[in-house]
Amino acid sequence: MAGITGKDALLTEYANRLETLDAPKGRSLTQDAVRRLVRNKAAVLSVFVVSFIILFAFIGPYLLPWTYDKIDWSNIRKGPDFDAGHFVGTDQNGRDMLARIMQGTQMSLIVAGVATLVSVIIGVIYGAVAGYFGGKVDAVMMRFVDIMYALPYILFVIILVVIFGRNPVLLFVGIGCLEWLTMARIVRGQTLSIKEREFVEAAKAGGAKPWTIIIRHIVPNLTGPVVIYATLTVPEIILTESFLSYLGLGVQEPQTSLGTLISFGSPVAETLPWMLIGPAVVLVSLLLCLTYIGDGLRDALDPKDR
Amino acid sequence: MVGYVTRRVLSAIPIALIAVTACFFILRLAPGGPFDGERALPPTTLANLRAHYNLDLPLIQQYFIYVGRLLQGDFGPSMVYNDFTVAEMLWIGLPFTLMLGFSAFIIGTIVGLVAGALSAVNQNKWPDYMLVFLVMIGLVVPNFLMAAIMQLVFGVYLDWFPAGGWQAGSIPHLVLPITVLVLPHAGRTARLMRGSMIEVLGTNYVRTAKSKGLGQRLILARHAIKPALLPVVSYLGPGLSYLLTGSLVVEQVFALPGIGKYFISAALNRDYGLVLGTTILYMFIILAVNLLVDILYAWLDPKVRYS
Repeated sequence: MAGITGKDALLTEYANRLETLDAPKGRSLTQDAVRRLVRNKAAVLSVFVVSFIILFAFIGPYLLPWTYDKIDWSNIRKGPDFDAGHFVGTDQNGRDMLARIMQGTQMSLIVAGVATLVSVIIGVIYGAVAGYFGGKVDAVMMRFVDIMYALPYILFVIILVVIFGRNPVLLFVGIGCLEWLTMARIVRGQTLSIKEREFVEAAKAGGAKPWTIIIRHIVPNLTGPVVIYATLTVPEIILTESFLSYLGLGVQEPQTSLGTLISFGSPVAETLPWMLIGPAVVLVSLLLCLTYIGDGLRDALDPKDR
Repeated sequence: MVGYVTRRVLSAIPIALIAVTACFFILRLAPGGPFDGERALPPTTLANLRAHYNLDLPLIQQYFIYVGRLLQGDFGPSMVYNDFTVAEMLWIGLPFTLMLGFSAFIIGTIVGLVAGALSAVNQNKWPDYMLVFLVMIGLVVPNFLMAAIMQLVFGVYLDWFPAGGWQAGSIPHLVLPITVLVLPHAGRTARLMRGSMIEVLGTNYVRTAKSKGLGQRLILARHAIKPALLPVVSYLGPGLSYLLTGSLVVEQVFALPGIGKYFISAALNRDYGLVLGTTILYMFIILAVNLLVDILYAWLDPKVRYS
């Protein structure tokens, strides 16, 4: 009975209009999170500072007249001297401090990156497996984490470093191998609730194997907490590395790291202040900004605290 | 409650045993030994030394000897400091380290709690901003850097406190080291306290208390403080462990007579007895504190059941 009420004509016109009109788009969770992050001024500023420090560490050395291990015999223990190209002075061996700071920052960033990666991989897999299988497996795995927690962590790192010698690669891996505990706990907690959800049940009903479910369905849903915690792990690892280097157990000469530079700079800070100030400023601003970014990400991704 | 405490104590025993075992074998499986000096020892001397310290026995047997002695409170001999047993070495250094660590722990916890609570009560006003900034500084400046700065500013330029060293019973010598240890601990505590306090102040029961006309002080004292303490209390265990390891550095920077110096050189020299002894003792302290924290937690949180 078309046409009696004129409904069809009206609806057709409406449908045509809708076709040309842009329908309002929904915002995804990620977009929401990005929006919240951008509104956090401290976090945005921190992102810029950290990017600058990364460029400074990796590009900077190519722009300098001196390399980190080159000795300038005519300028030993000298303050900033622009003519000679030592923009923040030289150390007791006549090496350019700016080049050394760049190299040290580079080393600290690489250590942090590699160790965080190791700790994220171990922590996520361990936590997800413990949480997914539950029961006895979970109890045993989490008991092990408890035991590891009870060990004086830094003493353990020191023992490991002494055992594995002064190889920086092993240092990264060693630190990473000890930093995954909290990650595993967080991931396990999340997994416990995710595994009860319908899509996991659907996957199980479809015959997916446990391993596939963990990798395909559970791990992607852990992105939020993992990203937050990984960002907060980076400064922690930089601190641990600089602590070890400070004790003389970390990166070895002529290579250097921020911790090593500070440990050489602090005894002579009274007479050669530029040896302490430079690395200290870089280290503190790096740690400060990374912490702000981690906080900002947590506020942005974790809807609970809003 | 008594049953709960007993169970917790009993469950700490296997943890301690496993940890001792792990430390023992990791240390032993490492290359190198305590007698690898610059100058190689004559083979007979080396063999005699190794026999003296039981190092020639199979590892498993050494392990049982060690654990057996440990159960009697005997940490064995130090292999590098020949005239001392490990227990004597620990007795020399440890009381100082513990005194330093626990003073900083108590001061830091109190300062952190007060700062965090003040910050939360004044949320988004200037005292809050200032405290949050201070907390951030305490958190991110590593303790060795903070120690160097403190030494330079208060020890050298202003000359208020001695920049290092130790005289028995002298409080001024302790001010800078303890401050350096307190800052990060207070910072972490304050951060946690602020977060949980803000959460508690937003709960329904606090609003109810407000709406029935209770004063701010009474609300805080009766309703807000106790639940807000929960996350802070569970942090205290790891917090103490951070503090004790942080004191390794602080002792070194300020030339204080604690255990830190011995531990690092012992690890480098493969002084098995001393490294194991220190690690095990630290571990026991941390386990004990964790135990206390669990009990405190159970008392604070009615949701934790004793059964």
